[in-house]
Parts: sequence; C-alpha cells; structure tokens
Amino acid sequence: MQEWANQLCENRQFGSKMTDSKYFTTTKKGEIFELKAELNSDKKEKKKEAVKKVIASMTVGKDVSALFPDVVNCMQTDNLELKKLVYLYLMNYAKSQPDMAIMAVNTFVKDCEDPNPLIRALAVRTMGCIRVDKITEYLCEPLRKCLKDEDPYVRKTAAVCVAKLHDINAQLVEDQGFLDTLKDLISDSNPMVVANAVAALSEIAESHPNSNLLDLNPQTINKLLTALNECTEWGQIFILDCLANYTPRDDRESQSICERVTPRLSHANSAVVLSAVKVLMKFMEMLPKDLDYYGTLLKKLAPPLVTLLSAEPELQYVALRNINLIVQRRPEIMKHEMKVFFVKYNDPIYVKLEKLDIMIRLASQANIAQVLAELKEYATEVDVDFVRKAVRAIGRCAIKVEQSAERCVSTLLDLIQTKVNYVVQEAIVVIKDIFRKYPNKYESVIATLCENLDSLDEPEARAAMIWIVGEYAERIDNADELLESFLEGFHDESTQVQLQLLTAIVKLFLKKPTETQELVQQVLSLATQDSDNPDLRDRGYIYWRLLSTDPVAAKEVVLAEKPLISEETDLIEPTLLEELICHIGTLASVYHKPPSAFVEGSRGVQHKRLPCSAGSGESVDSPETSSTAGVSDAPPAVIPSQGDLLGDLLNLDLTPTTTGPPPPAVSTGMQLGAMDLLGGGLDSLPPVPLRTDTPQSPQIPNQSPSPTDYSTSELGGDLGGNPAIGAGFGAAPAAMPASFGAPGSGGLDDLFDLGSGVGMPMGAYSPPKSVWLQAMKAKGLEISGTFARRAGVIQMEMTLTNKAMSVMTDFAIQFNRNSFGLSPAGPLQVLTPLSPNQSIEVALPLNTSGPVMKMDPLNNLQVAVKNNIDVFYFSCQYPISMLFVEDGKMERQIFLATWKDIPNENESQFQIKDCHLSSDAVSNKLQGSNIFTIAKRTVDGQDMLYLSVKLTNGIWVLAELRIQAGNPNYTISLKCRAPEVSQCVFQSYEAVLKN
Amino acid sequence: MIGGLFIYNHKGEVLISRVYRDDIGRNAVDAFRVNVIHARQQVRSPVTNIARTSFFHVKRSNIWLAAVTKQNVNAAMVFEFLYKMCDVMTAYFGKISEENIKNNFVLIYELLDEILDFGYPQNSETGALKTFITQQGIKGQFQTKEEQSQITSQVTGQIGWRREGIKYRRNELFLDVLESVNLLMSPQGQVLSAHVSGRVVMKSYLSGMPECKFGMNDKIVIDKQGKGGATDDAAKSDLGGGSGKQSIAIDDCTFHQCVRLSKFDSERSISFIPPDGEYELMRYRTTKDIILPFRVIPLVREVGRTKLEVKVVIKSNFKPSLLAQKIEVRIPTPLNTSGVQVICMKGKAKYKASENAIVWKIKRMAGMKESQISAEIELLPTNDKKKWARPPISMNFEVPFAPSGLKVRYLKVFESKLNYSDHDVIKWVRYIGRSGIYETRC
Repeated sequence: MQEWANQLCENRQFGSKMTDSKYFTTTKKGEIFELKAELNSDKKEKKKEAVKKVIASMTVGKDVSALFPDVVNCMQTDNLELKKLVYLYLMNYAKSQPDMAIMAVNTFVKDCEDPNPLIRALAVRTMGCIRVDKITEYLCEPLRKCLKDEDPYVRKTAAVCVAKLHDINAQLVEDQGFLDTLKDLISDSNPMVVANAVAALSEIAESHPNSNLLDLNPQTINKLLTALNECTEWGQIFILDCLANYTPRDDRESQSICERVTPRLSHANSAVVLSAVKVLMKFMEMLPKDLDYYGTLLKKLAPPLVTLLSAEPELQYVALRNINLIVQRRPEIMKHEMKVFFVKYNDPIYVKLEKLDIMIRLASQANIAQVLAELKEYATEVDVDFVRKAVRAIGRCAIKVEQSAERCVSTLLDLIQTKVNYVVQEAIVVIKDIFRKYPNKYESVIATLCENLDSLDEPEARAAMIWIVGEYAERIDNADELLESFLEGFHDESTQVQLQLLTAIVKLFLKKPTETQELVQQVLSLATQDSDNPDLRDRGYIYWRLLSTDPVAAKEVVLAEKPLISEETDLIEPTLLEELICHIGTLASVYHKPPSAFVEGSRGVQHKRLPCSAGSGESVDSPETSSTAGVSDAPPAVIPSQGDLLGDLLNLDLTPTTTGPPPPAVSTGMQLGAMDLLGGGLDSLPPVPLRTDTPQSPQIPNQSPSPTDYSTSELGGDLGGNPAIGAGFGAAPAAMPASFGAPGSGGLDDLFDLGSGVGMPMGAYSPPKSVWLQAMKAKGLEISGTFARRAGVIQMEMTLTNKAMSVMTDFAIQFNRNSFGLSPAGPLQVLTPLSPNQSIEVALPLNTSGPVMKMDPLNNLQVAVKNNIDVFYFSCQYPISMLFVEDGKMERQIFLATWKDIPNENESQFQIKDCHLSSDAVSNKLQGSNIFTIAKRTVDGQDMLYLSVKLTNGIWVLAELRIQAGNPNYTISLKCRAPEVSQCVFQSYEAVLKN
Repeated sequence: MIGGLFIYNHKGEVLISRVYRDDIGRNAVDAFRVNVIHARQQVRSPVTNIARTSFFHVKRSNIWLAAVTKQNVNAAMVFEFLYKMCDVMTAYFGKISEENIKNNFVLIYELLDEILDFGYPQNSETGALKTFITQQGIKGQFQTKEEQSQITSQVTGQIGWRREGIKYRRNELFLDVLESVNLLMSPQGQVLSAHVSGRVVMKSYLSGMPECKFGMNDKIVIDKQGKGGATDDAAKSDLGGGSGKQSIAIDDCTFHQCVRLSKFDSERSISFIPPDGEYELMRYRTTKDIILPFRVIPLVREVGRTKLEVKVVIKSNFKPSLLAQKIEVRIPTPLNTSGVQVICMKGKAKYKASENAIVWKIKRMAGMKESQISAEIELLPTNDKKKWARPPISMNFEVPFAPSGLKVRYLKVFESKLNYSDHDVIKWVRYIGRSGIYETRC
C-alpha cells in the first residue's frame, strides 16, 4: 500500500524524476521528514504535491499526524483544491491535536466572510466536521451568519452544520437558538434549503424523543408538500421520511396528503418510491375502507413495487424485504403479481431466497399450479439453502391450499427418489407437517419414508421421522424395531430428537402395550436417570407417573386429538409488523428488526406505530392512558394483540379471538397435551391457562424462528413440530410452574436478549429481581423487578403476578419525582388482562427527562401502580450503574485536568473487599457497565486504574482504583463535583465487580 | 445517515476512505475487509451487520464500494447513492478501475465532500457538479460574482440538472427507445413469464431553457383522446412514422427527476426541461401483447448414461423485411462433458469447455425464418449422485423495433425566450430491441 500512496502522487507529478526505489529505501521517519521539508517549500506546486502525498498516506491508514502544523500552514492559500485537501486533513486529525487545531480557526472565520459563496459554504461545512470543543465555540458566530446568508448554497450547507454541531454539543445548539433558526428554514424559498433543514431537524428530533421539535402541523406539512415537487431526489427522500412521522388529524387530511404523494411513485429513484410507499401505507390506515379512493390507492401501489424488481440486484433485495412486509400487512396489493417473483437463473442468491419467501406467501388456489411447477424446478438447483427452502415451500403449499396437497405430496416423493441427502431430509420434515394437517390421508407414503431412515443425519429430520413412526405406530409393523434402533445412541442425539423419541415410544406403548413394555421402561430410565437435561427429565417423569397411576388418562392425554396447524408460517408478530411498516425503506425493514435491536444509544428507541383507522371506534387520544402514563402518544392498536396471535397460531378453535379475558382453563384443557399432563399428573397444582402466558415484552424481536427453535420448547410432543407456532410459542416453557425446576421465564428472556444483541459486548450489570410489592399488601398483585440498561436504554423489568381470584386489567404506572428525573418513556405495556395465578413479564423503558427532586437515599424511587382494582404504592432502589451513559469515556488530558481541578475535600475513599480479579478483568467488567478505563499505570507492583463514569444528568465521577497483586482488597478513591453521589457510585462499583 | 464511505480494490486494500460520522472508526474499514471481501463463501446479502455496524456494498468490476452506518438509515437511499456515486465517477474519469481511482483520488475526495454532507446526499447531477468541481482549483478566482451565484443557484435550484445560457447553432435531439425483452419459457413452449423493460434515452443539444413535451402511444392517453373526439394535432408532428393507431398498455413507468410528476399523475402528460446532453428520460415496463422476436424449441434426450442428444430450433417471429442481428444461442452442457459434435445449418457453433456451453452465433437473420442446431454430447461416467441441474437455454439478439409495440408520437420543444420554434429542431428517433434474460428451459 505504501507503494501506491507514493505512486499516486507520482502520477500527478508530471515529468518528475522520482523513482519508486527511492521511497523503498527511506525509513518511515525519513519519509515524514522529507514530507515536512516539501510542505514548507516555497514552490506552490511542490507544496500541493506534498499535501497530496500526505492525504494518500492518510487514506491507507498511516499516521501522519506529526505533520499537523506544517499542513495547517498550507491552509492560507488561494488555491481551492489545495484548501480542500488541507481541510480534509484537518477533519481527520483535529481531534487528536485539539490545541493546534485552534490555529486553523482564524482562516475558517475569514473564509466564512469570503465573497465567493462556494468558499463560505466550504468553510462552514468543514468547521462542523472538526470535533474539538474549543473550535465549536468559534463556530457559533459564523454559523449564525451563514444560516441567514443570501446565497441558498450557503444556507443549505449551514442547515446541515447545525445537525453536526448538535452531535458535538447539543446544549450549545439549544442555548444559541440555532434550533429556531433551523425551524425557520423550513419556510425558506429554496427547496434544497428546506430539504436539508428537514433532514437536520429530523435527526435532532430523534435524540429528543419527547420534544416537539419537528412541530408538524397542517401548515408545515403543506410547505413540505410544496417543496417536495421542487427539490432534488435526495431532498424528496428526506421530506417523505419526515412526512411519514406525521399523524393526520382525520381521514380527509390523510387523503389529501396521499393524493399529493402518489405522483412520487413514478420517480426513477427507488428510494423516493419506497419512501412514498411508506407514507401511503401508513396514512392508508386512516382511510375508511369503503371509500373509492382507498381502492384506487391500493391499485396504484402494485405497479411501482413491481418496477423496483427490475432495478439493480442490491435494490431488488431491499425492495423484496419490504414487499415481504407489505404482503403480510396488505395481501391484496400483490395478490395478482405472482409471476414477477419467479426466480431467474442468474439472480443473486439473496434475491432468489427473498423471492421464494414471497412466493409462498402469495400462493393461493388460483395460482398454485404455476407455483408448484416453479418450485419443482427450483428443487433441482445447485445452492443448498435455496433448494431446501424450495422443498419446504412445496410442503407449505400443501398445507395452505388443500386442493394441491396431493400433487405436492407426489412431488415430494419424486424428490425423495433423487436420494440427494439434504433434499430427502427437508422433504421428510415437511411431510410430517402435511400429516399433521391431513391426518389419515397420505399414510401410504410411510413405507417410502422408512426406506430413507439411515440417511437422515440432521436432528430436525430425525425428529420428524420419529414423530411419524410414533404417530402411526399401529400401521408400521416394525415400529418398535425402528424406534429401538434410534434408542441405541440416545445420549448422542440432540435434545429435540430425544424428546421426540421419548414421546414416540410412549405413544407406541399405549398403542401396542404388550410387546413394548421393555422398550418404554428403557426410554423412561434413559430420560429420567441418565440425562441432565431438565426438559427431558421432566417430561420423562410426567409420562412415568401418568403411565403408572392412570393409563387410561395417559391414553387420553398422549393420544389426544391434535389441534390444527396454521397455514401461514414465519409471520412477523403484528405489533412488530406495524412498527416495521413505519420503517419501510430503512435498514429496519431490511433486517426485519426494530431499530432498537441494532442501533445504539437513544436513537430509534421510540417505537413507531401505525395510526388508528378511521371508524374503528377508538379515538386517537384516549385521555385515560395519557393521564396515567404521562407520555403515551401511541394510539391503540387496531389489530389483535400478541396474546391473541398466539391463540390464532395454535388454532385452539376456541371462542373467536377477542381482547377480553381468556376463557377458563377447563375448555382449553383437552386440546393441549402439555398442559393436561401438568394438570392430570400432579393434581395439587392449580390449572394453568395457556393462552395468555406469553411474556409481553415488545423489545424481543420474535421473528422468523430458525427451524430448530420450536421443537425443543414443546413439552407434549403431540404438538408435533408445527412450524407456525414457532413464531409465537417461543416462550412456552415459561408456563411451567417454577416447582418443576424448568428454566424460568427469566432464563428464556436472557436467551432472547442474546439473540437480539448480536455483536454487543454483553450488557451492563443488572441485579436479580426482588419483590417490590407484596401480594398481601396490594390486593393480590405481586410485583417483583429489577433495573437494567440494555443498548443504552434504562429499563425497569417487572414480573406482575396476579394472586387474587379475579382478572386484573388497565395497568398503568407513574413515578414520584426522584433524584435523576427518571420517568417512564411509554405506557406500561400490559396488553392482555392478567388472569388469576398468571404472571406477566414487562419491560418498561425509562428516560431521565422527568421532574427532579433529591431523594434519600439518593437512588430511591417511589412508584405508583394502578389497575382496575386500586392504586398501589411502593418504593424501590435502583442501582446507580444503570445511569452510567455509553459516552462516559473522558479524554485523557481532560481527565487529568479535571482530577486536579476537583478539590480534595470532594474525594472519598472506599475499600472493596474480597475481589479476586486481575486488573484487566476488572477493567473489562467495568466497561460492560459503562465504567471506562482511561489509563492504567503500574507502580511498585500495584496496578492503578483510572476510571471515568458519566451519569445521565451529565455528572462525571472520576475514580482511581488500586489493585495490589495478591491482595483481594482494593482501594478506590472517587472524585466528583457532586460528592453526594460518591456513596451510591461506590456501591455500584462493588456490585458490578462482585457479580 | 451514512457514516462513512470506503472504496477497496479486489484485494481489500483501501483506495478511498472518507468518514462522515464520529461513530465510525478506522476499524470499520478492516471489519468489512475481513468479513466480506475476504469471506470464504459467496456474498449472501448486500447488507451486512458486523458488531452493530451496517455495511452496504456494491461491486463494480473488481472494485468494492461500501457505505457504513450505525443508524437506521434509508437503505434504498444508500444504494441509490452508491449507484449515483459510480455514475458521477464514470462521468468524470471513465471506467471505475483501481488505476483510475488512484489517479483521481483528489478529485474523488473533492466530489465526496460535495455530494455527501454529514452523510446526507446532496445534489449529485454531473451537469451541475462539472460547473464547479473542475480539478482546476484556481478557476475559483476567475469566476465573476455573477458566475458564482449562477453556480450556487443552479446547484440548489429547482432545475438543478441544467445550467442557464446554453447555446447551439443547430438545435438537435436524438431519442433512443431501448427495450430489453425478458422471457422465461417452459420446455413445452408455454410462456411462464415475459416482460419488456424499456428506456427512453434522450440526447439533447438545445439552446436556452427549452420546455419539452413527450408523447407516445400510451393506451390511457389514446383512449382518453378517442373518447373526447378531439382533433389529434399531435399526430401531425408524428415522429414514429409507423402505424400510430394501435396503443400499448404500460404497466408502470418512472421518470428522470426533470419530469413534472404531478402533471403526469393528473393529466398523464410528460413535460420537462431536459438536462443538456445524454440522459435517461424514462423507464417503463409492459407485460401485455409483447412481440417475442424468437422462439426456442429445445429437445434434449439422454442416450444411456454417457451420451446426450440435443436439438434446438429457433424461429424468428417478426416482419420478414426486418433483420435481427448479433444472435447468440447458449446451450448449457453438463460438467462431465468429454466431447461435443455440433451440426448447424446457419451461423457458427462451438463448444466452449470453460463456459460449459455450446455457443451458437448467427450474424443476421430475417423475420419469419427458422434455423436448427443439433449436437451430440459425450459424457464421462461419474458416480456423482447429484443430477445435472439443466440450466435453461439462453439467447441474445438485437432487433430494430420495440418488442413492446411502443411508438413515439411526438416530442415538442418550446423555448419562448429564444427565437427558434419546434419546427427548427432536428429530431431523430431510433428503436432497438435487445434480449434481456431470454431463457427457455429444457
């Protein structure tokens, strides 16, 4: 790389005599020295070439910061090209040389006054990119002038600069009144200035979720819509994305906005089209369905979406991921467009997989013949993932369209005949689902399946095959032999297979009790005595007791009729889907995850919701929720809540899904083997209704379960691998009473957290849950909870348990004023009523913008919780460590200066006893809780760690931690301008280190 | 918004690195190299999330362009921007190659500074950019104040794609209707899917700020006019010259940003002030009544385990007076092919082992003709269980008409300030139909 950096410059030195070898012989030091000389040369041309070389070295990652003063000296020039290069250098290195960067200020200020608008804009643009506090102070005046500049080019650059400055020092921007100036720019005569102002404001508003910064009202909306027709393609995107955050007052306003946005669907820029689609999808919610315009709009959406598929493959991918969401929300839009999703031979694999996904969703009786022919074609392709998905899709078609089932099964049989290993395995997995859907119809194929028994090496396929054998044990002559053969390697099998095998053998025993007694004994003892898997053991014990106490009941339970399986699979959970529709076109829609799952800090934490449909009976602002919960601005959901989804997916065939209290447990009883086992085997336990037992934590992205997710979590193998339930059923084991020693809901939540926080250093310390409100004191409501900081958001995580006899509804929460202004960031999300003996997990995001009052102890929090019965009060203490913010790492020099600056009387010393960690481990552990190590020093075998912490209210706490080798007691000195917090902070240090 | 932009060569060495946001560190450069460029398997997604940082990438020949962000950005916009970035670079220095990038790195930095501010894309029309990013840094001083404000008002203005004061001695414009016809046909000759994606490319050399109006045989417009019974004055200035009677149903179309979309939405008329020089006026898509220029009839027979007999007939299906050109039929062969014998009546056919295909080329072919190739493929016996996937037979060609049936009816030019009228403008129209993905399964 060094070579090309040199070569680069050489190419530009027309006729220069330098050769490559010269550079190779010089050492690094020499090279810098040489550049220094050239930079100080009198010849302009030589100077310029030298700067170019510096930039080239910078690009390849070499450290050329040593040349800072020499490069900055070149700044005073009339040559625009040279100036731009110097600026580029400055942007890169100013942060590491803040003092010297000041040298550049004068030139900037001067350039901001230059008669040439291009130079004025360049200066203000660059100044905003120099992230040095001292410079930002000087930036304010020029920026103010530039925001009012006569030239639109300067104004549009200044508008973005406000966002830059806000990123460096938000307070300064507010104090200087730049936000108001920026708001004024929305009414600017130049469309590009408007677009940039909108972009800047939208970004700033994101970090102030509750501020009314982007005060969107009909007037501003009108201005934006006017600018939309005139600005650049990028500006149109900014404006459309901003419009999507607006909630129209009524359906008429909604329609008029839609009418003005629809022309954008013909724009050549796909991003403009997708953002327009987002606005339309959102505002459409408000239109009455019987309106003519509603139908027209629906028809207008399909063609532009199809056109996106002729774009470049990367954009096709983005479009397909979005179409996948749109199809789930409004299937009618694309229902006639099946053909465009047919896979082309040369499509990149990522496009192929997405197309296939959508094809399955669009499959219907009308187009099934075509779809099947295509799928059959795909099953012979090369890419393994794609082929598997195609095979699986054939199975889904069979389940979705009854008329096609026969054809699908015969296609699958053909595929099994190919003997391609992964095709066979995939086919068996889907055939199992077909058996579930159409019992006693296709058993003739079992013989063919059994022939392939030996080739199955994937757990999922083995489990499916075992399920089939168990289910049809009475028709397979050698079922006992087959199952016995699996039993030999019982301990080497995965849990999924073990559980399935256990259930299958019990089924076999119940069907042919005489010959298989020995086998069932064997499997029960393997599962209960030789296994350390709690799920397996528990299931084993249940069967054992059931069989020994009441075989008739066992038969009724284990061989009970199974609930139907759903036709759709991998559906995104409705609340998440709603949120993702609000994010069409963005990364969230590509990942199918809410922004909070992959964005750090406060940005994107707000959960967006679709507006309420007209005439749904509920008014947009329900006074009740807003008065009790403070900041609830999310309108109530139109579609059924998560709990109902679960009911749907399981197809329990109960009462129609309502949001009312769930039906009594008795009626659900026989449908679910799992629950009944609990009830019948151990009658001491109270009946547990299943439907509402899902923890309601909206943060968990519960989407597209990997195939292995579901089978492990079902207790009564009778559910026999229903892919549909994977989506909503993930948390099922939480329904098991804790007395079984099964993994509690907490553990499971953790698993999900792991999944959502991929690539994140594992989170901050959070204490275990403790009981805050006792049931006796609160008419049967028990609350236990803890606090945690997850991805930069403070969360209050609670378990609400109803220990009373009646159903609890209408939960709300409020905080008293407290030391750090903690307040709920949204209403308490308890979407379903809490039935007796049921618990629910709630994660309540908090912010720190509430009213402040000093409490004693400092971290005390008084909480009021309301339900339909009464209001209850309790107080709890939060670990102060959850207030430690992510950007609490102080600059070294600043740390030193601050440490000296804080008077000694503010210093307090503590001892942390019995801690056996190395200094590095300590540093890592603390970092996890946003306690940052600034420096480490070793003096006389004693490690000194210098640490900094920033609280949400901007208080810095500095610390010096002394660790002596071999001594488990550490000494810690804390220094802070507000010494009151020291005690609390010390406790947090201790808690973090000891956990 | 976009946090940073990197350009790598095929080895993963950074050629250009520009960071716009503080949350993107130098390690992001390496993360992409290690996880994507140097990854063993094929790219599974154009968007990659590594340690909570998202990378968008596109590849041009062997150059990787990657945009990086930590926020929930508009993904479609990022890709559109990356494509635009490629267009701009191509317009400035030609092909995007390692050498060109190294030779123009200062220019690229200057462009990146201009078209992306704090990660927000700004005006990226080359027409406008070329007025002030010139790589002759000194030019700034020679500009008069008027020139400067002209530049800035153009860059930020409503007509950001055209500068004022353009003059030509001869006012001339060229319209190319370029269509690519896509087909997927079953072995039995059933059309599984077919569509035409077309582009209207305009080269304009017009003085001043001309107001243009473009008309074609769009079914919706023709039907509306027919009902109204209005005299069709447009037909007088008909440029298509052909049978203007029949109309076509356009599924969807998109326009260059110069076209007034709200006017199209309300009146379905296409009016605009064109950029100077060459640009793409519109794109459209049709699926109904497509003229499929060629039909491919395959016949593949497996003779035992080591021999394959292939016979392919192609039929041209258009007016006999027209000539198709650059015809190429590609017949895939199994990986274990040991030898091929080909006989064809017309053109030249060759077995290309490196491409696993028989390539049959015909220079010219008139309409309503038929030609045939037959081949015997010898196979090496293998014990590979996997069946040969039988990729489809694909075709390439070029025909001098629009397979969608689209006709240009008029392109009117008005420039009120300068003294030339619609009649003084010399207009040229050309139709070219090419094969897109034109496949027949066998």
